[in-house]
Amino acid sequence: MAAIFQGVGAAAALSSSPSNSFDSKKFVFSPCRSFSVRKGASFAVVRSDGRVNLNPKGRRAQQLISNAVATKSDSAAASSSSKPGHELLLFEALQEGLEEEMERDPRVCVMGEDVGHYGGSYKVTKGLAKKFGDLRVLDTPIAENSFTGMGIGAAMTGLRPVVEGMNMGFLLLAFNQISNNCGMLHYTSGGQFTIPIVIRGPGGVGRQLGAEHSQRLESYFQSIPGIQMVACSTPYNAKGLMKAAIRSENPVIFFEHVLLYNLKERIPDEDYICNLEEAEMVRPGEHVTILTYSRMRYHVMQAAKTLVNKGYDPEVIDIRSLKPFDLYTIGNSVKKTHRVLIVEECMRTGGIGASLIAAITENFNDYLDASIMCLSSQDVPTPYAGTLEEVTVVQPAQIVTAVEQLCQ
Amino acid sequence: MALSHLAASASRSSSLLKPLSSALSLRRPISGDNSPLTVETSVPFTSHQCEAPSCSVETNPKELLTFFRDMALMRRMEIAADSLYKAKLIRGFCHLYDGQEAVAVGMEAAITKKDCIITAYRDHCTFVSRGGTLLEVFAELMGRQAGCSKGKGGSMHFYKKDSNFYGGHGIVGAQVPLGCGLAFAQKYSKDETVTFALYGDGAANQGQLFEALNISALWDLPAILVCENNHYGMGTAEWRAAKSPAYYKRGDYVPGLKVDGMDALAVKQACKFAKEHALKNGPIILEMDTYRYHGHSMSDPGSTYRTRDEISGVRQERDPIERIRKLILSHDLATEKELKDVEKEVRKEVDDAIAQAKESPMPEPSELFTNVYAKGLGVESFGADRKEVRATLP
Repeated sequence: MAAIFQGVGAAAALSSSPSNSFDSKKFVFSPCRSFSVRKGASFAVVRSDGRVNLNPKGRRAQQLISNAVATKSDSAAASSSSKPGHELLLFEALQEGLEEEMERDPRVCVMGEDVGHYGGSYKVTKGLAKKFGDLRVLDTPIAENSFTGMGIGAAMTGLRPVVEGMNMGFLLLAFNQISNNCGMLHYTSGGQFTIPIVIRGPGGVGRQLGAEHSQRLESYFQSIPGIQMVACSTPYNAKGLMKAAIRSENPVIFFEHVLLYNLKERIPDEDYICNLEEAEMVRPGEHVTILTYSRMRYHVMQAAKTLVNKGYDPEVIDIRSLKPFDLYTIGNSVKKTHRVLIVEECMRTGGIGASLIAAITENFNDYLDASIMCLSSQDVPTPYAGTLEEVTVVQPAQIVTAVEQLCQ
Repeated sequence: MALSHLAASASRSSSLLKPLSSALSLRRPISGDNSPLTVETSVPFTSHQCEAPSCSVETNPKELLTFFRDMALMRRMEIAADSLYKAKLIRGFCHLYDGQEAVAVGMEAAITKKDCIITAYRDHCTFVSRGGTLLEVFAELMGRQAGCSKGKGGSMHFYKKDSNFYGGHGIVGAQVPLGCGLAFAQKYSKDETVTFALYGDGAANQGQLFEALNISALWDLPAILVCENNHYGMGTAEWRAAKSPAYYKRGDYVPGLKVDGMDALAVKQACKFAKEHALKNGPIILEMDTYRYHGHSMSDPGSTYRTRDEISGVRQERDPIERIRKLILSHDLATEKELKDVEKEVRKEVDDAIAQAKESPMPEPSELFTNVYAKGLGVESFGADRKEVRATLP
């Protein structure tokens, strides 16, 4: 999937996308909407300096991104022994993104518990302390409320801190800072202060980590006005979204997932970023739109294999942007398939799925042939026992059943 | 583990094999001896805003042998948990307490089961010292029904209400305000009991601690805050996280006492002193100078931020079990062979408990929905696909 940018101007016209969600100076788009990834058709690429390169077929300057992720097609180019790009794991992609941004902009600093000398509990900040020193990669004491607040304070003056919660659940201690100061200061100061902070960390249900360490904070944070939330799911979009988040003038909460850190993928060598507000088309289809994000994307793709064998053609979209929703991509998909299934890891009550159902119903009700189905985790604290934990989250079999019901 | 090797080798190489009964008849029976014994702690107490207790600790042979047995049991239990984790029977997070046993054992000796203890996630041994059985420990660690939290809590969520052990908490520092709340309830009900709220040197930098301390001091609550200082907050050494690593002084207006946490008798003395103090004068902070041999958790090797020499140095010089062993042997309270027999016994107990725990079944699927609410609200919970598993929250 190359970074395909549609006319985001059109997306902004939809009432639900806030107009300040992207810095229009940096992202210049032409309404190039080719969706057919399979044919490797023309696509636009935003370079790091903000210029846009349109790539009509045939012109392959060495700077441009070829198909970064090995999709079914294009294997001719991809199977040559000297494949473009380099292979790495998701946490390494995050680290690369962080490192490149820290090199590029001296105002970027990282703060969190055990990020420096220890290298990060998930190795995302490995090697950075040695390279950039103790003042730019800061080991904090265990005091989330304070160091998140300090990060926000530093951001008010123009620094660009990246605050790490060792587990997203720990950021609950900093909820006041995130809600009141991070989210609202730009507004309450009448626009004087911007908070270009990135708050990142792993969340989600892992392997028997217990109730307190398996939290999905996207459902708690989604109401806070003034923040953006993104969830990465592949090494490619992890690096791209990380870089975009750091460059964004808005506060961004960046959700990683504990179980996705060791995903391997080949990503481009050259500089690239992903659009923060855009959803990713994982698998185009005709019968049903499946909206998902983060780890559930993999459960959905696993279910998709079964569904394809059964004759269905699901369209899978990784929404990536949890706040604001990319209703442009989603809307186009709904208009095409008329059936929506949402698969999320949040709990049923008050999760991302709940908001998404509301947003789609409000905007695209006329295009729906059936009620939107939403598969979410159970409304219970995540139990420790493995068998119980499995039942807590959505499994591929349930996704298959749901699609079959939806498509009757 | 050094102890088990000693036990194995001694039983084979010892040529002086007297039958145990004749050994016992040559001296007073060890198991029932309550005759007082006074032992001097090797490291004096350092105090802040109060008078340190004396270094002479009253004890008796029975107590010392109980200390030895309990600590050996805890040590064996933690090592067994290590192997179970590597065999993937225990998953997720597992924080081991070996090296710090003296704190749990010494504290328990100074108080009653009516006093409350609350701690963080390194709670296996504290649970056992409060009366938890090995079966409950291993079953919970493996996620089985026989576990103390029915398999739903895991390593970080051990609780035992009937002996006032309040857990078992995953979020660093969150247990301290809870502990002060327990102390408030004790004062409210005029129980004449105290609460020990344990936390680590990493948690000592949490704001909520100081908030709770202020309120406890204001309201004169019988709260004893115990900092188990093992000098490392996961990968960060104490001097890199705290401007003042003198945690016993951090209470400022609240008195504090620094204790050698590897000496069970010193811990007992300090806790006795603290209990008397808290019942009369309100909160007090105890800092236990202790050490953990394992890393922070099973996913941390424990050697990237400290040297192996340091770890083995502490093991050789300050190990709590060795200290009690030497004390027992020097006072002639038991022979080396008897102590090794105790260790063998303890090892067998642990193995039996593990075998029994493995037999315990995994929780039923319906257990997913129990204990969400205390009273049934009749709220319906749909399965993910809205047609299958429908349960009414009981």
